Amino acid sequence: MALTSTTTDATQIIKVQADRIDASMAIQFKEDMRNEAEGGATRVVLDLTSVEFIDSSGLGAIVASMKQLGNDRRLDLAGLHPFVEKVFRLTRMDTVFKLYPTLDDALSATAD
Amino acid sequence: MCDGKCLDLIFAATESEASAGIAQLSKCLETQGLPPHKASDVKIALAEAINNVVEHAYADVTPAKVQVRCRLHKNWLEILIADTGNPLPGFRVPDGVPAPLGSTIQGLPEGGFGWFLIHELTSDIRYEHSEGCNRLSLRFDFPESP
Repeated sequence: MALTSTTTDATQIIKVQADRIDASMAIQFKEDMRNEAEGGATRVVLDLTSVEFIDSSGLGAIVASMKQLGNDRRLDLAGLHPFVEKVFRLTRMDTVFKLYPTLDDALSATAD
Repeated sequence: MCDGKCLDLIFAATESEASAGIAQLSKCLETQGLPPHKASDVKIALAEAINNVVEHAYADVTPAKVQVRCRLHKNWLEILIADTGNPLPGFRVPDGVPAPLGSTIQGLPEGGFGWFLIHELTSDIRYEHSEGCNRLSLRFDFPESP
């Protein structure tokens, strides 16, 4: 599971370099997110621009990733493909995460 | 010969084979004329149903094959998923009540969405277990837009 990370100001951006997050990679994703986000900024933006498919295992792995950040940090999601957005909406996880259409939208929202 | 366009795929019940199989089936269905507005619903439900076979039907038993047969008609699609693993609990389709989201981040569910999504996205679900074989049939209706 390839993740790349960059930090700007108080935000760490983690980009998923894969076209899907599904059952076959959910555990690895959760583990890689733990390593990548460790000791990073308070706010983490997960850039999902490349991700075209997610299943409930992948969704669970993203939820787990937010939990493992602890209560003092938060995970926002950016660049959701319509398919991915639909899975979040159906499971009502769109009410739990802040979803931004693009990474730029997520980054310009840091000011508020 | 079957009525409508047929698409068959058999693969080993492993996570990586399932992942590739789901991608291949979804792509072929679109090529064969599944309406684009229905494609994402089908892909989500298909993935959840196949993942259930890999994770649950073949849990604690030697994983065998998953057989998927799709029949695409003008206004509906039927997908039959067969495996030789454990039957569904109580020999019936689970209700698919979504996991409650709770009130705290730490209390959020990390699973339990599979059957909920399948119910939400299909028009009909049928299941039978006979002669050691599970057969799950998912139907998707797509009446023509007015």
